[in-house]
Amino acid sequence: MKEEALKIKTVDVKSFRQVDLKKKTRVGESLIQILLFMAGVLSIFTTIAIVYELGKEAMLFFGDPDVTLVKFFTMTRWQPGIGQYGIAALVSATLTTSFIAILIALPLGLASAVYLSEYASPKARGVLKPVLEILAGIPTVVYGYFALLFVTPILKTIFEDRIQVYNMLSAGLVMGIMILPLIASMSEDALSAVPRALREGAYAMGATRLETSLQIVVPAALSGIGAAVIVGVSRAVGETMIVAVAAGAGPNFSFNPLDAAETMTGHIARISGGDLSYNTIDYTSLFAIALMLFLVTLVLNLISQWIVNRFREKYE
Amino acid sequence: MQSENGKYAIETKNLSIFYGAFEAVKDVDLQIEKQKITAIIGPSGCGKSTLLRAFNRMNDFVVTSHVKGEILMHGTNLYGRGIDPVEVRRRIGMVFQKPNPFPKSIYENIAWGARINGFKGDMDELVEASLRGAALWDEVKDKLKESAYALSGGQQQRLCIARTIAIQPEIILMDEPASALDPISTLRIEELMQELKKNYTIIIVTHNMQQAARVSDYTAMMMLYEDTRSGTVIEFDATNRIFTNPKDKRTEDYVTGRFG
Amino acid sequence: MMNQRRAHFPEGTDFFASLQTRYRVAAIWQSLFLSALLIAIISLTALLYNVVDGAFGYVAYDYKKDPATFTSIPVNELTKDDLLIILKENLSSGAYNKLDDEKKMETRSHADLYVLFLERLVQIDTKATWSMTDSLLRGAEIRTEAAEKYPDAQLEFRSWLTPQFLATPMSSKAEFAGVRTAILGSLWLVGIAILFALPIGVGAAVYLQEYAPKNWLTSIIQTNINNLAGVPSIVYGMLGLAVFVRTLEALTSGSAFGITDSNGRTVLSAGLTMGILVLPLIIINAQEAIKAVPDSLRQAAFGVGATRWQTVWHHVLPNALPGILTGSILAVSRALGETAPLIVVGASTFISIDPNNPFSKFTALPIQIYNWTTRPQSEFHAIAASAIIVLLVMLLTLNATAILLRNRFQRRY
Ligand SMILES: Nc1ncnc2c1ncn2[C@@H]1O[C@H](COP(=O)(O)OP(=O)(O)OP(=O)(O)O)[C@@H](O)[C@H]1O
Ligand SMILES: [Mg+2]
Repeated sequence: MKEEALKIKTVDVKSFRQVDLKKKTRVGESLIQILLFMAGVLSIFTTIAIVYELGKEAMLFFGDPDVTLVKFFTMTRWQPGIGQYGIAALVSATLTTSFIAILIALPLGLASAVYLSEYASPKARGVLKPVLEILAGIPTVVYGYFALLFVTPILKTIFEDRIQVYNMLSAGLVMGIMILPLIASMSEDALSAVPRALREGAYAMGATRLETSLQIVVPAALSGIGAAVIVGVSRAVGETMIVAVAAGAGPNFSFNPLDAAETMTGHIARISGGDLSYNTIDYTSLFAIALMLFLVTLVLNLISQWIVNRFREKYE
Repeated sequence: MQSENGKYAIETKNLSIFYGAFEAVKDVDLQIEKQKITAIIGPSGCGKSTLLRAFNRMNDFVVTSHVKGEILMHGTNLYGRGIDPVEVRRRIGMVFQKPNPFPKSIYENIAWGARINGFKGDMDELVEASLRGAALWDEVKDKLKESAYALSGGQQQRLCIARTIAIQPEIILMDEPASALDPISTLRIEELMQELKKNYTIIIVTHNMQQAARVSDYTAMMMLYEDTRSGTVIEFDATNRIFTNPKDKRTEDYVTGRFG
Repeated sequence: MMNQRRAHFPEGTDFFASLQTRYRVAAIWQSLFLSALLIAIISLTALLYNVVDGAFGYVAYDYKKDPATFTSIPVNELTKDDLLIILKENLSSGAYNKLDDEKKMETRSHADLYVLFLERLVQIDTKATWSMTDSLLRGAEIRTEAAEKYPDAQLEFRSWLTPQFLATPMSSKAEFAGVRTAILGSLWLVGIAILFALPIGVGAAVYLQEYAPKNWLTSIIQTNINNLAGVPSIVYGMLGLAVFVRTLEALTSGSAFGITDSNGRTVLSAGLTMGILVLPLIIINAQEAIKAVPDSLRQAAFGVGATRWQTVWHHVLPNALPGILTGSILAVSRALGETAPLIVVGASTFISIDPNNPFSKFTALPIQIYNWTTRPQSEFHAIAASAIIVLLVMLLTLNATAILLRNRFQRRY
């Protein structure tokens, strides 16, 4: 009886030993891996498609014998339908609104980040962070409503006749509020990545909290904060709805915030929102603008990512 | 009450330190003599760092922490009402376990603390004197404008000592200052401590028995209460007595490595 | 020398005085830091207040025709049957049949019929609107002002946000416009976007976290995804216009499936565009969720002889699920609020037929908000505000769900 049990055991072990340990091709596994890989590379095709499609139409635009790069970069009027190709008329508004936005969002965002990471008690954070998160989650068209119907009337009472109903100031200010949470949260990440040992070192020298924050922690996090600002700029340049609603409905080469003017994005939105037929210069010109937008934001995002990655390595 | 020119740099009376409800350090009475080196030794987790950080109120940054009892400096309770922690830290400097220079130039690392504390003299002179005081001058005098991060670990630690003595504290606290360093750097730091002793009172936490025996004049032995897991000083005496003829059996076991 | 240098530091009262100055400076800065956050709070409050303020308030309107000419029953007591009869009697038969063709009159709701009654017969005409604050604070003034300027008009405090507003389709008159079509359009859109982006996004995340070798291709894919997350949404709109609306028109208009009378500007095109837009967001969030699953779990599974996919499917994904869901909800919120790409791919601003298949023309909530906000008449601003409230409530619900999910499935390790 005992022996038999033993026998069975030996057989078992033997049969296990006979298992072939050579690598097998598991068809299902490989298939799944291929599918997953395809999902992974799809994003590359997205980028290729963007470059190809925008590039193709933009080439048609620049291929028009009437359009020259000189005109594109030196003229100050934009109306492709009647031979005016000065992108500056749109770029000026993009620059003006983005500049105002950053002027608002950078100090406020950075100050918020310093407060949240260096001063706020856990309880205060619990109240303040959601406010920023809600701000970040509000659709931009709602900000557009806010700019046109709340901020502009207030500006109207301040500047009276000097300000137009559509104006870059209102759009820029509200855009600043919109970007604030982004800059705040990225800066806060950068600040909290600064090792505690550095803060302790400063405190142990008899530094106050402010001296530690502003002179030790913020400089140490500067590259991360820089990355935040760059992403903020990229967001401002690409922002559409606020400017489409509140900044103005026509290209205007002006840097005066009180003027109405149309940004690159606002222009694309307005023209493509109307009845637009393919193969017209109006159609192809929009792709030229979009390509510029894409390239500018791409470069900004790449720089910011590069900075963030380098910064991360420094303390790890 | 201890007078201004008394024998002790700092004293604790019935000092207990809490993290929330947990009493990490319990009933410590110590008299730290001026211009001497006092070592705090004991097994891991017995509250050495906690005690050390109480001396210059670094524990204030742990929101849950609070103390009972007194820490007296010139007869003033450092935890008393109206005492400013910033001023306390300016009088009682600290060197940490891992070197933590600021991400600034070597020069700025030293000048910064002096500047925020309102130093009005010749900054170059102060930087030089501090670096000399930390036995680092010769190694860095040609690269004062370079980043402190370019220095070796041992050099960085001496830079941290230099920046501490630049603000002219009375007491320097050191929490395992050599534990992250190689033996040569460790030796240099130990020599430096002997040098610094002439002007400063030094309190050092160390896990290295030989180091404690080599550098310190007095030694405080800390141990955990079995039941409450609170740490306390079980024996405090001249270093050679602690190491040759301790009163407490546990101290003997610990310093001879029979502990645990 | 030591003491000499010590003399350069302020001591005693001097030090105390300089410390007091340092503290004062610190206090000023701290209040500056805090005020930045206060500005954020104030802005948020102002924004929400501004929206609510616009959605309620006095409105002065008059009837082109007195309701009494149609019926002796007081307007607010009219039953559905009454309304049917009145409409049948007073509308021209052409108009009545047209309406009946759109939807059988008998099957229409009371609210629907009531709107038709006011819109087609009584012909309400809004003369002026006032914001909620104005209406509450200057009620008396408004009443006299309205009585002077619009002697025939009636003044009424109304909420522009009503159940009817949710249930009725578009109308060229603000008083009768609703967001039904827009809400349905948004739901279709988001549904298509998620159906497209969720499987691909999670697949890509699984690939990158669990399969991808550490090589140049992987790092290009990763960098590329991070970059796509920062591409302006209007650029996605242009991509959608070129690819889905134009190049793939045969598919997206449904003509390849025998659907005629349509071009590529369909809810399908818009949904796919939105899907491409939120894809990087979903991938990045799913990656984070997968990263958070501890390695010990994978090793345990491999240790008992599981294949990689078995490990992923049985252990990694179930544990990452709450995180992936939360991330997807965030993506849905984003898709729900995006406007610019929809404008570019050609959402209709005026459409009153519910979308009922992927090849329908469509409008969406943010499109209506944009459209109404940019009209000059204040009654359109009022319905824009109401539509914003609807949109914000939808977003709030989504985010609350995300938070609930996160708390409910709090990781157990
Ligand atoms: N910030 C803190 N919050 C809560 N408890 C803490 C904190 N810091 C330390 N403790 C606890 O206090 C006790 C003493 O810790 P402490 O760091 O002082 O020990 P130590 O003697 O310095 O140990 P080691 O030799 O390992 O450095 C430990 O039980 C520790 O868990
Ligand atoms: Mg310690």
